[in-house]
Amino acid sequence: MAPPVTRLVGEKLTLDRGGRRVLSDLSFAAQSGVALVVTGANGAGKSTLLRLIAGLLRPVSGRLALEGGDAELSIAQHCHYFGHQDALKNQLSVGENLAFWRDFFGLADAEVFAALDRVGLARLIDLPAAYLSAGQRRRLAFARLLVTRRPIWLLDEPTSALDAASEARLLEIVGEHLDAGGLVVAATHLALPFPRMDALRLGPATIGAAA
Amino acid sequence: MTALLALFLREWRLAVRVGGGALMGALFFLIVVTVVPFGVGPDLNLLSRIGPAILWIGALLATLLSLDRLFQVDRDDGGLDLILMGESPLELVVLVKCLAHWAATGLPLVVASPLLAIFMNMEPIAIGATTLTLLVGTPALTFTGAIGAALTVTLKRGGLLLAILVLPLTVPVMIFGVSSATAVLYGNMPFATPFAILAALGLFAMVLGPLAAAAALRHAGE
Repeated sequence: MAPPVTRLVGEKLTLDRGGRRVLSDLSFAAQSGVALVVTGANGAGKSTLLRLIAGLLRPVSGRLALEGGDAELSIAQHCHYFGHQDALKNQLSVGENLAFWRDFFGLADAEVFAALDRVGLARLIDLPAAYLSAGQRRRLAFARLLVTRRPIWLLDEPTSALDAASEARLLEIVGEHLDAGGLVVAATHLALPFPRMDALRLGPATIGAAA
Repeated sequence: MTALLALFLREWRLAVRVGGGALMGALFFLIVVTVVPFGVGPDLNLLSRIGPAILWIGALLATLLSLDRLFQVDRDDGGLDLILMGESPLELVVLVKCLAHWAATGLPLVVASPLLAIFMNMEPIAIGATTLTLLVGTPALTFTGAIGAALTVTLKRGGLLLAILVLPLTVPVMIFGVSSATAVLYGNMPFATPFAILAALGLFAMVLGPLAAAAALRHAGE
């Protein structure tokens, strides 16, 4: 059994996108049990930072380090990425969509039905995903984080398209993840009431930031 | 292993359900092969001579038709990001996606080819040989095409570019596929020689295709 992940540290990360410097010398630290909330104007690099942690972008310089966790896995393999896109197939039913991601990420932790019940979609398990509303698609995508256990959750505008009740439920689930010692890095415009949080503000020209 | 099996089943399901490419490829194949006799006229000897080539060209075009969506659908809905974050090596993911694509699109072409061969007035032995070469050769088309699909994954309408990139690479497969099918017809050279090269090309493509496509996909996100 791998030791639990305790900290995710970024040191002097610099990253270019399309010839433009998006992140320069950004340092941060995310602690287990405390949500790191990344804020900043449009284009400040919030999503870029999350994609960087998820291993989908490579920095020009700087490094990411993980304290604890399974040494055989990369940092990206410790992460769940909940981005703007829902990664759902319209032709598959709600249950099939979720069951695929559970099987693909291995190590099933929860039943598909139980996870759907958590996000309030259990009744729709056999409905093709094409018929879901935007908020329901969001919740189904979020259920992916519940069927496979990964310690780091990267949430990009997690509450967009959600109604008040769903938002509260999502925050409750994130809170439970934090209580269980998980890490959360969330990019958002809204003041989301996470139980414990650190702030990381990205400016147009970010030079360092609070840890 | 569960991950790759789940991926295979999902890809196959997506291909055979409404909006998937499986039926479209088979129908396209049917149309191409059916139209040819109208073009070349009712010369039965000519038809039976060019039959294997027409079936091969039809299969090649039908395979290319659905290949451009092989990775693009996953990129468009964000699934590719998640696949990259999975624990399965990307090369194996590509291999499995290709196998599923072939099972849903290539295999129906192989199954349909004996029927279409009758349209072309082909002899039973030529029908058998052509079907066998298609069975061995169409996976090579899919694996080679996967390279093009991965390279054009970021382009909105990459289908044409894909065809331009991939068609030259499929020429050897085409040559040896048709020549082993016609070898049976004329008996001027052994069937086994071009057929063995065709099988070898298929195996090469099966190894090189996923490696190259995975390398292209890793850079596509940036």
